[in-house]
Amino acid sequence: MLVPLGEDLCGLGESARWLGFLLLKYIWVVGQKVSGSIFVLTFCLLFSQENHIHDKLVSLSLLQKDFVPFLLNFLREQTSQILTNGPPTPAKTPNSKAHGSQRTGSERRAGHATSSRVQLFSQRTSVTTCTTDTSFSPAAASSGSSSFSGSNLSSPCGDFPSVVSSSSPSFGHSPVLHQGEKRSSQKASLGSFLATPEALPVRRGRRKGSSSVGASGRQVARDLGRSLAEEEDGKSDSGSWSGGRRKRSEVPLVPARSPPSQLNLNNLEEFPPMGAASGWTNKSKPSRRINPTPVSAERPLSKPKTCFTSTPVSRSPAARWSAGSSLEAFTAAQEGNLSSVISNSLQEEREMLKKERCKLLHQASSPAGISFDPGTPTKPSYTRSASLPAESHLVTCANPAKVSCKKQLECLAQLYSSCITENLVPNIFLELFFVLQLLTSKGTSTAEDGDSDPEISEINRDVTERQHFESVHNCVYFAVRVLDYQYEIISHLEKGMLKLLAENERIASFSPTLHKRLRQAYESSTAKVSLLLPCSVQSVSFQPETDNRSNFPSDRAFHIFKKQRDIFYELLREWEDNHEKTGWDFERVLGSKIRAMMAHLSATCNHSHFARLFQKQLIQMCKGPVSGGASWGDTPDQDVLNMLGSDNLSRLKRLQERFVVPQSIRGPCPPPSFPGCQQFFRDFILSAGSYQFNQHLMDSLCLKILELNGLTLVEHEHSDGEADMEEQDEKKRFTVALLSLRLLAKFLGFLVFLPYRTAEQPTRDLQDSALVLRNQTLPVLDILKLLRQSIRDQRSVLTIPWIVEYLSLVDHIAPFLDYYRKVFGLLLQVYRLMVLSEEKEMSFLNKLLILAVLGWLFQVPSVPEELFFTTDDRQERFMMDTVTSAQALDFVPLVDQQLLYTCCPYLGELRKLLASFVAGSGGKNGGFIRKITPTAAESLAPKASVTQRKLQVDLEQAFFHNQPPSLRRTVEFVAERVGSNCVKHIKATLVAELVQRAEVMLQDKVKEEDVNHDKLLEEVCTHLYEEGAQALIKGREFCRKKGPEAVRVLLPEETSAAVLSSAENIAVELATERACGWLSANIAALIKREVKATFNRMLKVPGFPLPGEDAPELRRDCTPGCQHCAPFPSQIINEIKDVLCVAVGPREEGEVVDYVWLEGLLGRLSQTLRCRKFMCPTSEQQLARCTVELASLLVSDRVPLSLGIKCPEKSPERLHVKNNPTSGLLKLLFSIWKEDFGTSVPVQLIFSKKNMGYLAEAKQQEWDLFLFLLHGLIEHELMRTSEIQSCLHSLEELPWPSDFVKDLKRLSRVFVSEHQREEPRTNPCELTRQSLATVTTQS
Amino acid sequence: SIFSQEYQKQIKRTHAKHHTAEAIETYYQRYLNGVMKNAVAPVLLDLANEVDFAPSLMARIVLERFLQEKEQTIPSKTLINSMLRDPSQIPDGVLANQVYQCTVNDCCYGPLVDCIKHAIGHEHEVLLREMLLEKNLSFIAEDQLRAKGYDKTPDFILEVPVAVEGHIIHWIESKASFGDESSHQAYLQDQFWSYWNRFGPGLVIYWYGFIEELDCHRERGILLKDCFPTDIVTLRHSMAQR
Repeated sequence: MLVPLGEDLCGLGESARWLGFLLLKYIWVVGQKVSGSIFVLTFCLLFSQENHIHDKLVSLSLLQKDFVPFLLNFLREQTSQILTNGPPTPAKTPNSKAHGSQRTGSERRAGHATSSRVQLFSQRTSVTTCTTDTSFSPAAASSGSSSFSGSNLSSPCGDFPSVVSSSSPSFGHSPVLHQGEKRSSQKASLGSFLATPEALPVRRGRRKGSSSVGASGRQVARDLGRSLAEEEDGKSDSGSWSGGRRKRSEVPLVPARSPPSQLNLNNLEEFPPMGAASGWTNKSKPSRRINPTPVSAERPLSKPKTCFTSTPVSRSPAARWSAGSSLEAFTAAQEGNLSSVISNSLQEEREMLKKERCKLLHQASSPAGISFDPGTPTKPSYTRSASLPAESHLVTCANPAKVSCKKQLECLAQLYSSCITENLVPNIFLELFFVLQLLTSKGTSTAEDGDSDPEISEINRDVTERQHFESVHNCVYFAVRVLDYQYEIISHLEKGMLKLLAENERIASFSPTLHKRLRQAYESSTAKVSLLLPCSVQSVSFQPETDNRSNFPSDRAFHIFKKQRDIFYELLREWEDNHEKTGWDFERVLGSKIRAMMAHLSATCNHSHFARLFQKQLIQMCKGPVSGGASWGDTPDQDVLNMLGSDNLSRLKRLQERFVVPQSIRGPCPPPSFPGCQQFFRDFILSAGSYQFNQHLMDSLCLKILELNGLTLVEHEHSDGEADMEEQDEKKRFTVALLSLRLLAKFLGFLVFLPYRTAEQPTRDLQDSALVLRNQTLPVLDILKLLRQSIRDQRSVLTIPWIVEYLSLVDHIAPFLDYYRKVFGLLLQVYRLMVLSEEKEMSFLNKLLILAVLGWLFQVPSVPEELFFTTDDRQERFMMDTVTSAQALDFVPLVDQQLLYTCCPYLGELRKLLASFVAGSGGKNGGFIRKITPTAAESLAPKASVTQRKLQVDLEQAFFHNQPPSLRRTVEFVAERVGSNCVKHIKATLVAELVQRAEVMLQDKVKEEDVNHDKLLEEVCTHLYEEGAQALIKGREFCRKKGPEAVRVLLPEETSAAVLSSAENIAVELATERACGWLSANIAALIKREVKATFNRMLKVPGFPLPGEDAPELRRDCTPGCQHCAPFPSQIINEIKDVLCVAVGPREEGEVVDYVWLEGLLGRLSQTLRCRKFMCPTSEQQLARCTVELASLLVSDRVPLSLGIKCPEKSPERLHVKNNPTSGLLKLLFSIWKEDFGTSVPVQLIFSKKNMGYLAEAKQQEWDLFLFLLHGLIEHELMRTSEIQSCLHSLEELPWPSDFVKDLKRLSRVFVSEHQREEPRTNPCELTRQSLATVTTQS
Repeated sequence: SIFSQEYQKQIKRTHAKHHTAEAIETYYQRYLNGVMKNAVAPVLLDLANEVDFAPSLMARIVLERFLQEKEQTIPSKTLINSMLRDPSQIPDGVLANQVYQCTVNDCCYGPLVDCIKHAIGHEHEVLLREMLLEKNLSFIAEDQLRAKGYDKTPDFILEVPVAVEGHIIHWIESKASFGDESSHQAYLQDQFWSYWNRFGPGLVIYWYGFIEELDCHRERGILLKDCFPTDIVTLRHSMAQR
């Protein structure tokens, strides 16, 4: 019966679809009779006969949904033992009783092991009863061991309803299976399919579980919540997203819903090794397991939350056990436990098993190469794992000659490969990882020697049935076959990986051809992913356009933001310095500081500014691939080392240590994390806990994302030669945009889903109500629309990677919202249709990137597991093959290996796996360096905004229509820049001029006493506004001049004259519109603002002439030919200060000032004043003031001059002013005041009460000198006669000693009389002498 | 410079002591008594020296007290400053003399010293500018930056960054003082980090030297020097070479 059917199938190979159905039906009807091997063989035959069946297979959704997970699980199951002696499958002992269908969560937990066992056997026992049970799919589902069973579960509702539901009515109950058991159940069934085609009992393939699936299918939604509630993953329970390892501490739950992430083979928590223990934890290569899908009706959709990263076992019950207690104890406990649960029916099962065992034994054709576990079914695994920790034993030599069941393996390899090729697996890299694991499997000593004790093998067989992967040889053979089929993908991986593969001895010995190809690929590969040195933290630069005062509503806001910027960086630096120290806690150290700062932000409404700063800093620091978290490793390039030199090696090492956390192979699907600096930003957001800030940040992120997502590349006409350079630039731009987008999207996702994040899975009820509520809200960013657009416009290579980042942070409920369901559905379709092959238009690596990120997304814990295998036919259809345009991003080879590995650092896991195999020890592969690319300032395509009038618009559009798009972009770009420059130019020229004029006007007017400053300002400004109107004319001029220049430079030389002039005109028009629009609206305000600012500065300048003083006519230039070698002003002030000190006293006896020195000082003062270079207003004013003081002290005879030889000690001659040394100094001062000072000298200070006081106190008043001084002032036009007169008059009012007043009055009279009759000017000195005589006689 | 800074530290420490109500009152009374006896004697200056306080600060205290008594209100700071700058404005001639004597004789405080410091600072900025020009490094100076609305402005921002001793710098700040620990910390807090936050790494020149240990932020982007650097690498445009 079987044979004819098989022939039929082969014969009908031409129509794959039809065949598929037939096959399915066949299996369905006679399911239990079909042997697995025939099934597989049939498929293989089909494949070999008709190459295109792969494509057709895709359409067989039924097959695909149920068969693929089945196959994957089968492989995992088969290999679970060989792979670095991973945790043994727990339950090999059958358990007969089915347990109650309705279990509570706690029951489930407690009773996993037992219940699953029950399930296993109940299947068998019940086989006879459920005749309707069918096909692989139910089998897979019921077996529950597959990670994909989620799909199975849900599929019934959609695609397969009639079949399943009809078949299932009899099974109302849904036993909960332990994963392990499920696996084993499946294994049993599959193994037998393959190995014992004829001998299998009829009931094979029937599962109670399957029926329950059908029944439960509709309950999916409800159960989901429940099952979800049980998940605890690192993310939710620790609150930290970065933790790669799962923290589940309970007995592993039965994942009810198994989404793609069920492929978490590494997840020991899901598959707690019952006997495995500490040894396991150290293992570098977790064995791959597929999470069993529990068949329980209650939790059909629950999914395991683990990702591949989860480090094996640390918290699993086994680990807890093993921590202190011996394995034996543990085992014993387990067994005890088991046995207690085992029910009567077990006996029955055992009987059956025995029978089967016998059959198998007889049948076994090639015992060699198959190794059997010694001992009883339950025990061998325990002992094995306990006794053989991975590191402790040598790598088995894989020998091609020892491979058994080659044919079957070949079939499997083909089948498996085609699943990978057709994107039927949720994550192709996961499969490759698995294959590499097989390739590098170490095997065990028992497995090594191909021929094992027949007894043992016999015993073994009864449980496991036939194991195709029990020997290393078989595993390697299979792996090499698959690698051969997947050569194309592999050859696109980075060079280091290829090197390892090319050097792999096993490949060399198993497939010399593949070895050769890999060698060639390695040698020709240029895909070197290089190590780049990290760049340090950089700040966001201050940009006046966005950051200066005019961007803030008030001075206060401006100043507060100024402080906030500094605080922010202070926090950042603190974090940078300390966050890696043990015991440093972000929240504890920085939390309150951050909140204080946030409070200030709120008070001044500066959130948007801060959000912008935050976002810019984020991009700057994190957009490169980052340290921490994801674990792409690379050894330092020799070039880098050479470049650094050995001196820096230690530095590099330190760096390395800092960046590299001890690494182990964590599997190719780490959960989303915030590595490196991103951690700071995440913690900042969490600590700040500010709604306003979050909102502003989201706004800011959305805007930036949209902007970046709109990236356009200048299309390259593939003309030879120059294309190369352009391509490089484009790649760079694309890379920068893509990395930024991913970063921003991740943070946006984080913020968007943050409010909904729950530590626990929400219960079903909660989930339902949440769905009702949240279905009403609109998403912050319409990613569905963007996704559709990107697919339509063929830009998915840019858009999908960031959407994936965004979605990776979904909370537990979001994926069930209508909106996100659609998004996921669409992504899934993209994934399915994006078949990797070189001949299609889209670049291979572009596709590979998309597939890699999508595959990763499907493994993210919060993404529902059933998603991958439920493609709803109602999903919108889209066409991948729309008309391709050359410029569409998807078709430009933008992605290279560097970018691929940057975006998907987890791909590096593949290489690490190989490397660790080479190294021979899985545990020591730390010390990889993470690659960090420096951030670079990127320039983004400007977004041109064009507003035009109708007809003109149409004309313009028409003009551009037939031109290359670059023309349009150039014109828009020019318009934008020229317009903007025009405004700047106007500011710098016209406005600056006006402001200068205003300054002059203000300086004049402000001197009038009691002016109202505001009014004055208003007045002056109004005056200027009319002139401001000129701005428009000048602006137009500017645009007319600059626009065409720019367009001409930017457009190709060959552009025709007419096109050129049109382009120029449009550019000018647009630029003018832009510039003049702004100017006409803002020029008045601008003038006012500038004038006001200038005015305020003017008032604040120290020494600004206050009302009543003369306007300073500041001299600004040195004398021609000045060598700038005059003494510094500071030095002169200092020296004068010394003189003043001596003069003012107190002074010691005999302390004098040398006349010649003082004379010299004044000379130097003159030089200093003449050289303007080092002079500043304050210095000059101080000098002026000091010299006036000095003059006062001189005339009061307070300066103890030592005259030296030149002027003998006070002779009677001194009465003659001419000969008085002091008069010489005064003369010098006059000339300095008059000629050298650029500022006005406050000579009127001479008449101050204080300075006159010196004169009054002088023992012998030097009236002649004083008069000399007065005359000098007049003569050098330092003061006017009238001024001096009034000064003298007011002096007379003061309470002086009466004698002094008399003298003063007399002096005043003399001065007046002399100056009134002094028109024909006589020698002042003569006059002075004359009057002097008078005065002295009278005193 | 070092002496001055140490002295200032000491004054800062004792500042509060001299500003208690009793201290002020005591000083004022002593001043009054002193000038009663001999108006020409350097009463205030001696007083300041006696209690070990900066003369000009002493002058300020007494002047403040004097004005307070005279006007019955607390005088404004600007008025006091202006009177200290120009003692001629002080209504009492004797006090004016006394105050002037104090300010002239003070080596670390007072308007004259402030002015000298300012002048020195300015001079070094000018020198630095010269050197930049000489090296053909184009820069934006502080006043231009202020005019553009920058909130924090180093002395010079380089329009095209250069590398000094292998470190890229965007700005240069000139400090005409000795870089000791406390002043450097204060500058870091108030100025240098703020510049870094806005413009990236930069260079500080302490013309009068600095404590070597303070130059510990090189890697982060604050470089200290005591002279104009000689090891400068500039960006060479490939365009220019063609």
